[in-house]
Amino acid sequence: MDTAPQNNIINEVTNKEYEYGFVTDIETDFVPKGLNEDIVRLISRKKEEPEWLLDFRLKAFRHWLTLKQPNWGHLHLPQIDYQDIIYYAAPKKRSEKQSLDEVDPELLATFDKLGISLDEQKRLSGVAVDAVMDSTSVKTTFQDTLSKHGIIFMSFSEAVKNHPDLVRKHLGTVVPYTDNFFAALNSAVFSDGSFCYIPKGVRCPLELSTYFRINAANTGQFERTLIVAEEGAYVSYMEGCTAPQRDENQLHAAIVEIIAETDAEVKYSTVQNWYPGDKNGKGGVYNLVTKRGLCRGDRSKISWTQVETGSAITWKYPGCILKGDHSVGEFYSVAVTNNYQEADTGTKMIHLGKNTRSTIISKGISSGHSQNSYRGLVRVAPNAINARNYSQCDSLLLGDQCGAHTWPYVQCGNESSILEHEATTSKISEDQLFYCQQRGIPTEKAIGLIVNGYAKDVLNKLPMEFAVEAQKLLSITLEGSVG
Amino acid sequence: MLLNIKNLHVSIGGKEILKGLNLGVNEGEIHAIMGPNGTGKSTLAAAITGREGYEITEGEIWYKGKNIVGMSPDDRANEGIFLSFQYPVEIPGVSIQNFMRTAINAKREYNGQAPIPTVDFLKMMKEKQAMVEITEKLQNRFVNVGFSGGEKKKNEIFQMAMLEPSLAILDETDSGLDIDALRIVANGVNHLHRPDNAFVVITHYQRLLDYIVPDFVHVMYDGRIVKSGGKNLALELEEKGYEWIKESNL
Repeated sequence: MDTAPQNNIINEVTNKEYEYGFVTDIETDFVPKGLNEDIVRLISRKKEEPEWLLDFRLKAFRHWLTLKQPNWGHLHLPQIDYQDIIYYAAPKKRSEKQSLDEVDPELLATFDKLGISLDEQKRLSGVAVDAVMDSTSVKTTFQDTLSKHGIIFMSFSEAVKNHPDLVRKHLGTVVPYTDNFFAALNSAVFSDGSFCYIPKGVRCPLELSTYFRINAANTGQFERTLIVAEEGAYVSYMEGCTAPQRDENQLHAAIVEIIAETDAEVKYSTVQNWYPGDKNGKGGVYNLVTKRGLCRGDRSKISWTQVETGSAITWKYPGCILKGDHSVGEFYSVAVTNNYQEADTGTKMIHLGKNTRSTIISKGISSGHSQNSYRGLVRVAPNAINARNYSQCDSLLLGDQCGAHTWPYVQCGNESSILEHEATTSKISEDQLFYCQQRGIPTEKAIGLIVNGYAKDVLNKLPMEFAVEAQKLLSITLEGSVG
Repeated sequence: MLLNIKNLHVSIGGKEILKGLNLGVNEGEIHAIMGPNGTGKSTLAAAITGREGYEITEGEIWYKGKNIVGMSPDDRANEGIFLSFQYPVEIPGVSIQNFMRTAINAKREYNGQAPIPTVDFLKMMKEKQAMVEITEKLQNRFVNVGFSGGEKKKNEIFQMAMLEPSLAILDETDSGLDIDALRIVANGVNHLHRPDNAFVVITHYQRLLDYIVPDFVHVMYDGRIVKSGGKNLALELEEKGYEWIKESNL
């Protein structure tokens, strides 16, 4: 195949502008730049937190001081100057945010522009939203409907005030602050996020969703999400995110913890669309997050589905600890990188209970000069007899300047378990493109069609509300990436 | 004239494959292009459809009154040129239904029309599938994935029926087909043949021409059409073999 014309077109890449790159002009309350114990205390005081939470933060901070920024990822993550970041930024408050009338109209307009209407009347789909801008939650919709079922869905800060015992019981039990560098940092300075509690036997009637928006400049976003599904409960949770287009890099270090008790099921879906930087690799969000679920009870199930299209650098490994017997962990991922984006993402499946099962389907798509890596760990403890894992890691390359890498780690501690791993690497062939074009389908549409087909197994796992969005996003992210 | 190719020279990677080919096709006609392997039959199909990597160094391709050299492959397709591939490719995860709908809507967009209503689309799918004796199950399968040779070719003819081209080029559609599949494919073509469209059937063997009766037969050799005639030329070729052509062109 003659690759010269193809390369020419790759060089001519005119990427579609990042659609969500606007900045909202709103008065913001900042804490001073930099990080020390006083800042940690200040954040805690601003959030009017109880003593035990300040204590948790301080322990995390002191531990963080002993750690070094990890550099084992297949990433060009620079040494971040942690003193050059603002750790708390909040849109200036009116009083308590109970009704929409009290939410700043500028904020409502921002979320409207992002396609996230916070007006319950205007929302047709059965989705309750917690909207987080910079360090605080702006508004959580449908709280009344949910509370009828005993479901708690509110911002993390509100949960600390209204349900301190629940938060205290579970906080840090899945991702302790000692887990890693960024988990320690988050535990010290986390600002807001969502808290979600589904009581025993309740099947949540709405999709729950948190939408994260970074707005302020030079600011890190450190949200924390905690989801607890009691015995027999079920919830489907979705997370979306965007950030303005800025020349400097922005740090996002989040933690998500999920706990599933006996027979409970939690489905967690993410469409990650942080600003990826421009086509020369300038700017963009560093997305360094720790997400983990604990299948604590027997027959519990946690399923992660992620579509990663944004961020300059992504470092994330949503995993499951399969503690309960017969518990199930799933990880479905599509990671797309274009231009100079770098993604090192995958999962950890830790089998502790008997007859535990896990499935990993990872689809990496790289184009431009990007690097896309799958890194996954499957560990089967000696007592986890009859554990099963199936892993499938596929990489698709568009063009010849990008890289795809797979690092599977497997540790099996007994002889009754079965672990399977399959991996493929392929390119969108010139034959496929021409076939589509010959049927009248223009190149860009053809790439979208082929890529969506390739990622179908994963996209099928997304809730309806997200699937359409994700399909569009895949096509847009790769727009202009191949000729 | 629907298609008028004048003095066409085509190179692949600097090597000249077509060396001054002339071909005229009117609406309502069926042309067969025959010839030994490696004489440029598939290159001709690629050049007409605008495949990348096939460099036109000289000559013109006139289609519906426009010289289409330089036009993108998708624009040519939307102008009504269809190629039934010799080796149809697999597109995993893309159902035939989705593929066809995308193609039809691309054409409609090209012509400034709104997307096809779902009801009409499904009705059309059903009709055209019946014509090439494809079971309805096929429409939810991924494009060519796991298809037998016969299914792939039937699927090409099905797509042709859906897109209703003005000019259809069948590149070795008969290769690898058993006699039943061959009959179905030929029936499809005969069914679609109208006074306002034309077919160019590229084939290595005379066999297909028992079912699709051509108005003209052209014999290609060394990048040129060296002999043209009526349908009897195909029979003569079958009898005498290609050596006869080679000898007469030495």
